[in-house]
Amino acid sequence: MVISNKPLRFILAALVACLPLMSFSNTEKDSAHVQTEEAHGAVSEGHHKGHSEPTDVKSKIKAFIDHHVLDSHDFTLTQDNETGKYYGFSLPIIIWDNGLHIFSSSKFDHGNSVAESNGSYYTINHHDGKIYRTDASGTITENEETGHPDNVRPLDFSITKTVVSIFAAALLMFFVFSSLAKSYAKNGGIASGVGRIFEPLVVYIRDEVAIPNIGEKHYRKYMSYLLTIFFFVLFLNIFGLTPLGINATGNLTITFSLAILTFLITNLTANKNYWGHIFWMPGVPKPMRIILAPIELLGVFIKPFSLMIRLYANIFAGHIVLMSIIGLMFIFKSWIGSSLSFGLSFVLSILEILVAFLQAYIFTMLSALYFGSAVEEHHHEGEAHH
Amino acid sequence: MDKLIYQFEFGLFFWQILIFVGLILLLKKFAWKPILDAVNDREQGIKDALLSAENARQEMQNLQADNQRILNEARAERDAMLKEAREMREKMITDSKNEAQAQGQKMIEQAKAAIESEKNAAMAELKTQVSTLSLSIAEKLLKEELSNKESQTKLVEKMLGDVKLN
Repeated sequence: MVISNKPLRFILAALVACLPLMSFSNTEKDSAHVQTEEAHGAVSEGHHKGHSEPTDVKSKIKAFIDHHVLDSHDFTLTQDNETGKYYGFSLPIIIWDNGLHIFSSSKFDHGNSVAESNGSYYTINHHDGKIYRTDASGTITENEETGHPDNVRPLDFSITKTVVSIFAAALLMFFVFSSLAKSYAKNGGIASGVGRIFEPLVVYIRDEVAIPNIGEKHYRKYMSYLLTIFFFVLFLNIFGLTPLGINATGNLTITFSLAILTFLITNLTANKNYWGHIFWMPGVPKPMRIILAPIELLGVFIKPFSLMIRLYANIFAGHIVLMSIIGLMFIFKSWIGSSLSFGLSFVLSILEILVAFLQAYIFTMLSALYFGSAVEEHHHEGEAHH
Repeated sequence: MDKLIYQFEFGLFFWQILIFVGLILLLKKFAWKPILDAVNDREQGIKDALLSAENARQEMQNLQADNQRILNEARAERDAMLKEAREMREKMITDSKNEAQAQGQKMIEQAKAAIESEKNAAMAELKTQVSTLSLSIAEKLLKEELSNKESQTKLVEKMLGDVKLN
């Protein structure tokens, strides 16, 4: 990723120019947080106090952001708070709870009503967006210690917003890359069409990520996984920056499943040398080997765990920061504050595009690094022979 | 950590794994393999083309060097031949000149010798002729002189006078 000197300097200057605003905005956000906490407490205590207007906007923004970063059971593009009307479409709900329940998410009416299916009642909790089994009136009893509801959570295989977006990303990838693959045959070995944009990235992943980290000998068998994961993460990161309100790579379950695949591939394709380095580290004194074994074994799990957290935290934090700054526009409601906040959110969006590429690259790069360590050939013996 | 674990959603995990693994397998068959093969083929093709171009260039250079060498050799040969011819010509001229000179000399010598011998022969002949002639003259004179007494005496006197003059 090459950024010429001038725009970078411009971005830096813009960031520095916005610094006072940022510190100001942070305090605003904190106070908003505190105020919402207070409001929250007030509601749970059952003393409903009337909110003053600015607090209301702030808590609305916070609620909106909190809601956005979670998965959702319907695809809402926008909503009108005045009329309570939602613009978007419902998605199918598939629940396994002593039998299969399939119904449309419109039954929940965005969490406002209790859905009935085959004699069981379900509702969506406002706080975590998850489906709980309830009684006919939709009572949710919260656990005092954990703060999570005590109600039964049925196995939820619903086609949620995130499932729709990963499916859309998968379809788009399949379309783009199969058309790229076909264009080679049609055009005499030279790419044509829309997939052509991605050919340099494919070559980059092969030449700069796979071959240096895995080695010329083994890299071929990992290429499919590395390329798929790079473009999958990249597409979903970019999707997350569109106004569609998708947050797939900022969802822990998604990053967990990606990381566990890297973990499984690393350990299932690992050679004897890899395990030897974990349990009986060569080239160090024997007592040290015993101490090193549990540390190395822990590392096996920490590596994919760090992959999971890194991608999740980067995208999650990016969404929160970006949406908070966009929300500031509505809090300031003055032409100077709002336009400054607009400028900042614009700059941050550009930064987020960089982050989208960077995180996809880092995930792929580290996966390749782990694969490389799994198939690394034994060097010590080779040296002894010479 | 508790919050993170609580966020985990098994249904979403199931769909994600299903879609993602399916995507890997589908893309492997329909996209990555043909794309990587095509890119590899193309790169190999470019490499080969560059190599053959380099080879052709090398060959061309060799050919040119060969041509130059052959040209130089031919030129040298021509020069050598010309030189040889010139030398030969000069040698022939010198030789023929020498021979002609020698021949001429020889002929002159021969001619001289012939002239000498002819001269000698002519001299000898002349001598005999003169002696015969002088003898016949002497005989005739003697016959004449001796025919009268006076003329005999006159002759003797004259001869004596000649002897004196000598």
